[in-house]
Amino acid sequence: MIEARGLVQTFHTGRGKNAKEVRAVDGVDLDVAEGEVVGFLGPNGAGKTTTLRMLTTLLRPTAGTATVAGYDVVREPVQVRRSIGYVSQVGSTFSGAYAGDEVVDHGMLYGMSRADAVRRGQELFERLQLDGLWTRQPKNMSGGQKRRLDVVMGLIHDPTLVFLDEPTTGLDPQARANLWDHIGDLRARHGATVFLTTHYLDEADALADRILIIDQGRIVAADTADNLKAQVAGDLVDLEVAADDQVGLAAAKLGAIADGVETDGHHVRGRVGRAGRVVPGLLRELDAAGVTLDSIEVARPTLDDVFLTLTGRSLRDAEAGSEKDDDKEQVPA
Amino acid sequence: MSFTRESTIVFRRQIRMNLRNPAWVLIGIMQPVLYLVLFGPLLEPLVSSFGTGTDNAYTFLVPGLLVQLGMFGAFFAGFGLIGEWREGVIEAERVTPANRSALLVGRLMRDVSQLFVQAVILVALGYVMGLRGSFGGIVLGILITLIIGAACAAASNALALTTKSEDVMAPIINIVMMPVLLLSGILLPMTIGPEWLQNVSDLMPFKYVVDAVRDSFSGSFGTSSVLWGTVWAVVLAVLGTWWGTATFRKENA
Repeated sequence: MIEARGLVQTFHTGRGKNAKEVRAVDGVDLDVAEGEVVGFLGPNGAGKTTTLRMLTTLLRPTAGTATVAGYDVVREPVQVRRSIGYVSQVGSTFSGAYAGDEVVDHGMLYGMSRADAVRRGQELFERLQLDGLWTRQPKNMSGGQKRRLDVVMGLIHDPTLVFLDEPTTGLDPQARANLWDHIGDLRARHGATVFLTTHYLDEADALADRILIIDQGRIVAADTADNLKAQVAGDLVDLEVAADDQVGLAAAKLGAIADGVETDGHHVRGRVGRAGRVVPGLLRELDAAGVTLDSIEVARPTLDDVFLTLTGRSLRDAEAGSEKDDDKEQVPA
Repeated sequence: MSFTRESTIVFRRQIRMNLRNPAWVLIGIMQPVLYLVLFGPLLEPLVSSFGTGTDNAYTFLVPGLLVQLGMFGAFFAGFGLIGEWREGVIEAERVTPANRSALLVGRLMRDVSQLFVQAVILVALGYVMGLRGSFGGIVLGILITLIIGAACAAASNALALTTKSEDVMAPIINIVMMPVLLLSGILLPMTIGPEWLQNVSDLMPFKYVVDAVRDSFSGSFGTSSVLWGTVWAVVLAVLGTWWGTATFRKENA
């Protein structure tokens, strides 16, 4: 459905002495198969939105090629546009217009007849729980409703491939969970291939079959969430020891079965291959040695751990460090 | 899908939003109306000394105000576009297969229709104040106004999509508009000024447009002013539309 090879986008920033070329996207290769839900994950400024804008024909690649829904993004942009739906992170409707009018006009720009656009629009309003809001102005809608309206706009012409750019940014947890259900429905009820960018790990984890991780304009990993997590050395075991003098003993016992054991106050942490297999033995050992525990926690690796392993930085650090080159600022250039 | 159909969809959407908030059409016409009512009477004793072939202050003033309306009203059209851009509307339209020039043309159609309504109101009001002229001339004058309005609206939309900021656009428009207003002979004819000022104003294309509308209102269609003013209006309209179209088509706007 999507095949990109060596996509590059460079921006020029600064003037005179400060002029420099920023390679926002620096040789991206990616493949998305029909029917897949792919999460495009990376910190702000990693090049997610820029890549998306190239794939949706909004931005001409500086170098490289991309075929989207069977059409070349540079040579056949109109055919690409006809086949894809795009839900941008900034919205798509005028705050003072009626929601239904915006949807119908949008459908008509795709060549639909008015009657078809109205029928399809009303069907989508119902499916995305916007019924009754046809004549509501977007400025009087909640954040979640407005975002669902953007999804309706993106689906009005029944595209086979849907791009969602940071679909849940700025939504409260409830609206977010609700939108996740609807995104899940895109494939289940609609048969669409979905490509979504996010900088939330849990979002990619919850929605995507496969995850592409981008950092500093390059794809650093592409695999299923489980396989990516398997690359991280195991589950994290966190023991909270009751007494000061037992911390060293607990660390020694955990060290016998775990890597990278560290202690932090009463906490002893380390990574083990399969927690379910080794923790019962560990507990017996600790008990036999007379170590008393206040708590024990076992955590499966998160995508944040994956990002840390792949790039040497945590996702949060990467975000703080890239604020200057934020691709949101680059977009209007 | 045809270009006309796409332009019409965009046009209808814009008009619908305008009609929902018609205050702007009236606010847009306030300035020329104030000039007409509060400045027009001052011209009454002076107009015969201008040597422009009319001793009716309103037959002299209304054509200038029409062109002013066409230029200034249209120049502010772009501000709405910045709002739409900020809310993602332009980008949403640009991912549809619709011709990108149609996205501009639909908006120009709105600006020209709005200008037409305002022009009719202004002329009618002028008529009440004492304007007299040939009917055909008034029609031709309004037509020229619409052409120059389309030129300015296209330029304004292009400027809006280039700057993407009201804060940048407002001073640019002010810097451009002041010399245009002063050198086009909108309020007073340039012919009463010193020679150097007349020479400077000869470089101002809008002056010829004002002269053309003025001659046309007096019923003198055959003058070279009417010809040159019309030529300038058409040339500016072509340039403006070309600029606007280029901005809308640009890959990364």
